[in-house]
Amino acid sequence: MAQVKNRLTPFFENITFDRDDNELVLNFGPQHPSAHGQLRLMLHLQQEQIVKAHPDIGYLHRGMEKMAENMIYNEFMPTTDRMDYIASSSNNYGFALAVEKLIGLEVPRRAKVIRMLLLEINRLMSHLFWLATTALDIGAMTVFLFAFREREYLMDIIEGYCGARLTHAAIRIGGVPLDIQDSFLHQLRVFLNKLPQNIKDYEDLLDSNRIWLMRMEEVGIVSTEMALSWGCTGPMLRASGVAWDIRKEEPYELYDEVEFDVPFSDKGDNFARYRIYMEEMRQSAKILYQCIEMYEKCEKEGQTELMAHAPKYISAPKLDIMTQNYSLMQHFVLVTQGMRPPVGEVYVPTESPKGELGFYINSQGGPYPYRLKLRAPSFWHTGILTDLLPGHYIPDVVSIIGTTNIVFGEVDR
Amino acid sequence: MRAYKPKDDVQAKAYYTDRFYVAPQVPKSSVEEDEIFANDLAVIKAKFEVKDAYIQVEQMVIHINANDIYGVLELMRDELAYTQLSEMSAIDWLAKDDTFEIFYQMLSMTKRKRIRVKYFIKNGQAVDSVEKLFRSADWSEREMFDMFGIEANNHPFMKRILLPYDWQGNPLLKTYPLEGDEFAAWYEVDKIYGKEARDIIGPELRDTAHVDRYDSERFARLGHEVPKGTEITGDEPAVSASYQEEGGVFLVKKLDKESSIVIDDPQR
Repeated sequence: MAQVKNRLTPFFENITFDRDDNELVLNFGPQHPSAHGQLRLMLHLQQEQIVKAHPDIGYLHRGMEKMAENMIYNEFMPTTDRMDYIASSSNNYGFALAVEKLIGLEVPRRAKVIRMLLLEINRLMSHLFWLATTALDIGAMTVFLFAFREREYLMDIIEGYCGARLTHAAIRIGGVPLDIQDSFLHQLRVFLNKLPQNIKDYEDLLDSNRIWLMRMEEVGIVSTEMALSWGCTGPMLRASGVAWDIRKEEPYELYDEVEFDVPFSDKGDNFARYRIYMEEMRQSAKILYQCIEMYEKCEKEGQTELMAHAPKYISAPKLDIMTQNYSLMQHFVLVTQGMRPPVGEVYVPTESPKGELGFYINSQGGPYPYRLKLRAPSFWHTGILTDLLPGHYIPDVVSIIGTTNIVFGEVDR
Repeated sequence: MRAYKPKDDVQAKAYYTDRFYVAPQVPKSSVEEDEIFANDLAVIKAKFEVKDAYIQVEQMVIHINANDIYGVLELMRDELAYTQLSEMSAIDWLAKDDTFEIFYQMLSMTKRKRIRVKYFIKNGQAVDSVEKLFRSADWSEREMFDMFGIEANNHPFMKRILLPYDWQGNPLLKTYPLEGDEFAAWYEVDKIYGKEARDIIGPELRDTAHVDRYDSERFARLGHEVPKGTEITGDEPAVSASYQEEGGVFLVKKLDKESSIVIDDPQR
C-alpha cells in the first residue's frame, strides 16, 4: 500500500492568548496519567485558579446499550464486565438481578451467599485500587505498592473461582455457574485476618501525613444539595451528609441478614471521602466474615443448588443436560434463541463500589431487550466536575478526580 | 421471493418464533395497594393530568402530558421529597407509531421509594429541560440528544456528549445499524487522511467479527502470520505455531524440577 500522508497535525481550539482578562485555557487529558482513563478537561484559568471547567468524555464509548439491543440476555453478561472493570462482578450482578426481577426468579440460597462473597470481594478490590491510585497521584508511592499487594491476593482468589482476574463474568442470570473452590474460604480468611493490620498501615502512612492532609482537607467540598442535584451516589453522597446505602435501605440478596454499618460524613471534602472508603473496607470485611458463616451453614444443611429452577428461562444443570433429552432440547433452544422474558420494564438499582448502578430493561417479549439503559454512577461523578472544579487550583484537580473514583469504562459505556 | 427486511428497525430479530407464542406480561398492580404511592399520586393528580398509573416491580409508573414534565418534577422534588433524578432517557417507538417515550427515574431517600415518570413525544418534537431542577439532567439530556436526536428546550449546552461534535446520525435509533452507517465507515478515514485518500484506504472495517481470507493488511484473517501486504493466494505453506525459543528460554538454562519450589499458596 502506498504511504499516505496523514492529517493529524496540531490543532488548537480557539485559544486566544492576547485577551484582556489574561484567561488561559488548559487542555487536561485525554491522555493524562491522573485522569484515570480517557478524561479530557478544558480548564479556563486565571493564574493558577480554575474559573471554568468543561469535562469532555466519550473516548471509551463502545455503545453498550446498542450492543445490548442486539444480543440475547446471556450474551450480554461478559460485556457488562467492561463497564466498571475494577469491580466487574458487581456489574454482572446488577444485570443478572435486573433480568431476574423482570422474570420473577428466586435464586437458591447458596448462590446468593456466593454472590455476596463475590460482591464484597469486588468492593474491597475496588476500594484498594482506589486507595492505591489516588495515593499515587498525590505522591504516596508506598501506599500504592501496599494496596496493590493486598488487591493481588483478592484477585488470586477470584482467579481461582472464575479463571479471570479483571473481567470475571462470574455471575449468571439465575444464580452462579460454579461452587467456590476448596481453598476459597481458607484464602479469604487468611486475607481478612490480615486486613485490619493492612488498613492500619495505610492509615498510619496517610492520616497524619502533612502533604496528604493539605491535598485532602477542605478541598473539593461537595454540599448535600449539590450531591443530590447531580445524582451522586455511593461514597460521593455519603461523604456529603446523606447516609444512603442501597444495601441497607433497599436490601437485595441477603444484605438484610448481615450486620454492617453505613459510614457517612457531613464534611463533603476529599478527606471525608477517603475516610469513608477506609471505613467501608472494614465493613466489607465484617460482611465477608458473616458470609463465610452463612456459606458453611448452607454446606452443613446440604443446600447444593446453584441455579434457579426455571426451565423456560434457565438451562438445567449440566448433569441433566447430558443425561435427559428434554433438558438438552431446552438448553439448545436457550443457547441458540435465548430466553424470552415477559413483556414489561424494570429498573433495578444495586450498590456497586462506586455508587448506584442501575439497569433499566424494557422487554417486548423477544430474546433481545428492546431498550437497555445503564445507569452508571461515575457518569454523574464526572459531570459534577463542571461545578466542583471552579475555584480550585490545578493541583487540586488531580486529587478531586482521584476521590470521585471515576472509571471510564462506565462513564462512556 | 426475498425475505422482507423492515428498514425502520434494523436491530437483531429472533430467527424463529412459535406461531402460537403469546408473551407473558410482567404483572402490574394497582397504585391503591401501596399507601405512600397512593398519597403521592393523589398530590400529583390534584395539579396535573395523570393518564395512567400502576405499580410494576415495586416501583410506581405514571404517564403524564409532555408539557407538564417540569411542573411534575418540581412538585415531586419540593413537596413529595423525590430529591434525586437517578436516570432519564428515551425509548424509540418510531417504527410503531412515530413517537419517542421519555422516562425519568425518580428516587425519594426519605420514603425509600422510586417513581418512573413517563410521557410520549412525536418524532421531531423537543422536550422541556429539567436541568434547572436537577443538575444531573444536564448530562442526561445531552446523552439523549446524542443518542436519539431529541433536543431539550432551555438546555444551557445542547451538544453531543459521547460522540464527536461533527458526527452524523443517532446511534440508538432502531434505524441505525449496529456496525454503523456509511458516514461512520468513512469518518476516521476522512479525518485522518482526507477524502482524496478514500480510494487507497477503503472504508473502515466496522464489523469486528468479519474475517477476510485474503486480507493481509488488517490482520483480520490469517491462520498464520505473513509479511504485511503479501499477496495471498490460499496455497502458502502452513507455519507451525510454536514459539519456543531455540536453545531454551532466556535466563532459564536448565529446569531442574527436583530442586525448584512451586508456590501454591500466594500468602505463604
